[in-house]
Amino acid sequence: MADLSIVFAGIKAPNPFWLASAPPTDKAYNVVRAFEAGWGGVVWKTLGEDPAAVNVSSRYSAHYGANRVVQGINNIELITDRSLEINLREITQVKKDWPDRALIVSLMVPCVEASWKFILPLVEATGADGIELNFGCPHGMPERGMGAAVGQVPEYVEQVTRWCKTYCSLPVIVKLTPNITDIRQSARAAHRGGADAVSLINTINSITSVDLDRMVAHPIVGDQSTHGGYCGSAVKPIALNMVAEIARDPQTRGLPICGIGGIGNWRDAAEFIALGSGAVQVCTAAMLHGFRIVEDMKDGLSRWMDQHGHSSLEAFRGLAVGHTTDWKYLDINYKSIAHIDQDACIGCGRCHIACEDTSHQAIASTVKPDGTHLYSVIEEECVGCNLCQITCPVENCIDMQAQDTGKPYLNWTQDPRNPYREAS
Amino acid sequence: MIDALNHLPRPRAGADQLAEAFSDLAPPLTARQAAVESARCLYCFDAPCVNACPSEIDIPSFIHRISDDNLQGAAERILSANILGGSCARVCPTEILCQQACVRNNAQECAPVLIGQLQRYAIDNAGFTQHPFQRSPATGKRIAVVGAGPAGLSCAHRLAMHGHEVVVFEAQEKPGGLNEYGIARYKLVDDYAQREVEFLLGIGGIEIRYAQRLGANLTLTELHQQYHAVFLGLGLNAVRQLGLPDEDAPGLLAATDYIRELRQADDLSRVPLADRCLVLGAGNTAIDMAVQMSRLGARDVNVVYRRGIAEMGATAHEQDIAKHDQVRLHTWARPDAVLLDDQGRVRGMRFARTQPVAGVLHDTGETFELAADAIFKAIGQRFDEASLSDPLAAQLARDGERIRVDAQLRTSLAGVYAGGDCTALGQDLTVQAVQHGKLAAEAIHAQLMLNVEAA
Ligand SMILES: Cc1cc2nc3c(=O)[nH]c(=O)nc-3n(C[C@H](O)[C@H](O)[C@H](O)COP(=O)(O)OP(=O)(O)OC[C@H]3O[C@@H](n4cnc5c(N)ncnc54)[C@H](O)[C@@H]3O)c2cc1C
Ligand SMILES: Cc1cc2nc3c(=O)[nH]c(=O)nc-3n(C[C@H](O)[C@H](O)[C@H](O)COP(=O)(O)O)c2cc1C
Ligand code: SF4
Ligand code: SF4
Ligand code: SF4
Repeated sequence: MADLSIVFAGIKAPNPFWLASAPPTDKAYNVVRAFEAGWGGVVWKTLGEDPAAVNVSSRYSAHYGANRVVQGINNIELITDRSLEINLREITQVKKDWPDRALIVSLMVPCVEASWKFILPLVEATGADGIELNFGCPHGMPERGMGAAVGQVPEYVEQVTRWCKTYCSLPVIVKLTPNITDIRQSARAAHRGGADAVSLINTINSITSVDLDRMVAHPIVGDQSTHGGYCGSAVKPIALNMVAEIARDPQTRGLPICGIGGIGNWRDAAEFIALGSGAVQVCTAAMLHGFRIVEDMKDGLSRWMDQHGHSSLEAFRGLAVGHTTDWKYLDINYKSIAHIDQDACIGCGRCHIACEDTSHQAIASTVKPDGTHLYSVIEEECVGCNLCQITCPVENCIDMQAQDTGKPYLNWTQDPRNPYREAS
Repeated sequence: MIDALNHLPRPRAGADQLAEAFSDLAPPLTARQAAVESARCLYCFDAPCVNACPSEIDIPSFIHRISDDNLQGAAERILSANILGGSCARVCPTEILCQQACVRNNAQECAPVLIGQLQRYAIDNAGFTQHPFQRSPATGKRIAVVGAGPAGLSCAHRLAMHGHEVVVFEAQEKPGGLNEYGIARYKLVDDYAQREVEFLLGIGGIEIRYAQRLGANLTLTELHQQYHAVFLGLGLNAVRQLGLPDEDAPGLLAATDYIRELRQADDLSRVPLADRCLVLGAGNTAIDMAVQMSRLGARDVNVVYRRGIAEMGATAHEQDIAKHDQVRLHTWARPDAVLLDDQGRVRGMRFARTQPVAGVLHDTGETFELAADAIFKAIGQRFDEASLSDPLAAQLARDGERIRVDAQLRTSLAGVYAGGDCTALGQDLTVQAVQHGKLAAEAIHAQLMLNVEAA
């Protein structure tokens, strides 16, 4: 079996699957169960200054797909609601009992140097392997001048990172908030401040749904609600993009990235790694299914690596980064056309109506003698948009086939049709 | 009760146990099941299931509405195409109709969306507080409908909706036709048939007159004179004969006669039980008969058919139900003689073994006997000639014994339409009868309005 062990920003772990700072890592009881289940590391639930935060009752809500499949969870919880002293004591003990696992401590204290100077030595004394700066929490904490508010101002990110590097010898991971316009600005700031790594994404501002009888959004606290932070499967595409943006940014090249956001199985993890992540963190999937999922993640990932000849994670880490580029560098001469496998087609007509109503009228519907319909691609009309393939319920029934146009690579910066073409 | 069987014992099981045996063959879906099942529908375009539904219900749309938690909208979608959508959902052989055509029935999945079950769910749970359809302004036209079966009721409803006044003439004491008197008791349970008719009549403008029998106390000539149009939904009310001596002996009767009594019985522990019984035929009626007798507690239930399994009219699904209920199937055997005991009652039947020779059925010369307390004929329904005995009715063109109609359900007599089992068009199914009634109503409406505009 492939070797899943990693050294991420100087931190060793038997596998790349870490639990993100959240309820699953709230206290020793959970963390010990997670280690017993096989997780490679945990980021302890974010610590803050005493007195500890106070949470409301009714904290989560969900966005559902068909059949109550949870697409995403929204939460309005704050950082730890237990005292600093209890948390530090537990962290010390757990690290002592589980020396081979990564134990990172997440921190959020006010944006003043004294606060960091106070807490950092206490954390270092626990024997923890690193710290993660929580600049992401989008609810509750920003109002107190912490969390996302800090994360949204690059100068603050840089400043706090620098304090941490000054007052603590542990690796510093800066957790980025996605509630910004350009994730690279935050990553660059962390990098300038001396961060050993970034982790992303934290949760996204959200309201999942509204109770139309009571006219109040979820989760309902009495007869009110507030926005929360969104996570889970639905945020994965957003997280992947942000990871890729940082991975291919020349200014942060080489900065270790811990991928977070919607990871629920080995394939999700492999995708984050292919886009440059050196480790991944999981929260929602564990909250929905329990810690046991890590067994399946490890098993699936190492089998896939074996099948593809990757002996270590480093062997395929970042391989998709080089293939990710700006739109303007895509080959404008590349052409693909939909092809329907008539043996696999079940005749649902979805491709036809999708293309007919909303795309390029490139799928013809003809009535067969038995009254059923034959769906066929009108190749001259197909622009290769992939919509039919997306709506087709049968996997691999519609194949987007690359065409040999005989034309050379040409990107938009070179295309004569581009009025703003860079003169060559 | 049934005179020909009065000498037989009654079921051993108690009323409760029997009620349980005759409860819904396919129990209603729970809300959760409906949510899961409706989400399986792919919302096909030009959906094959719709083409396969004789009443052309917009299936993807109603299922989508169930999935969207809009049960009233779903029910209205169904009922706008098929006002008896509630009973069709229960009695349709979906395995040869909509569900057979469902794209999820493909070779990789073999699991069609349970369209019939979802249809029932939507209608049972719609919770209408008033009739969902409104009548158009009165047209002043009066139309006579003969027969309050699925065809006649469907026709009446659509006509009323278009603003016409409808009088339905029904020979029996209750409406519903075979929904009331013929469908297997476990398919259409309790008083659903009556409740459905009540719902249907909620539109207004429909009067049903009972004990009015065309060919007895009613003639087509009068109806034709007194009404602007006539619709005949007479069904098939006579039973084919075996053509054997002693066919009227106690212990031998039509399956439909027995089922009628069974459906009407308040207390199932009081109907006659044929512990050893023979059912002749191979259609769904034969299976219904055999399974119902088996559920009453009969120990030895046999269906005997003169041809092979492949030629059977009963669907594979129906055959499975029969097997599940321990019904034994004998093929390639033709009734040869009714065997009587010394009191002149049925004690069994002698059969001649048959074989196909170049497609034609021949006796092999071999015979065998099966003992039985009762024999039920399920060899097909026939048109009841007496209904069309008055001079005008006698003029109606026929296809074989059935009334000839064109695609607009017009008979050979101007202003007279017909639909359902009494015509040769389509299959003998409830849903087909409903469709005929609906189409006939549209044709009548179009014709009457044409005349109005021309005037
Ligand atoms: C035993 C049995 C089981 C069946 N099971 C199924 C099933 O599971 N699923 C399915 O889809 N189909 C089933 N069918 C077929 C289905 O019941 C019929 O196709 C359907 O009822 C036809 O409707 P209809 O309106 O044409 O006729 P009917 O339902 O027969 O109604 C005709 C009506 O006209 C009345 N009438 C007849 N003659 C006169 C007259 N002269 N004057 C006044 N009124 C008259 C009758 O009393 C009756 O009310 C079954 C049929 C039988 C016999
Ligand atoms: C209930 C809940 C509480 C959370 N609390 C914290 C926290 O205290 N500190 C933090 O850095 N992130 C917190 N997060 C965010 C997660 O660590 C993680 O970044 C996010 O959920 C995305 O990962 P996922 O899609 O695997 O859940 C919390 C998430 C949830 C659901
Ligand atoms: S969407 Fe797929 S299965 Fe459906 S008709 Fe088109 S090709 Fe066939
Ligand atoms: S064919 Fe099946 S999946 Fe398609 S619309 Fe009909 S019920 Fe739904
Ligand atoms: S009426 Fe019958 S055939 Fe038509 S959709 Fe409903 S169950 Fe299927």
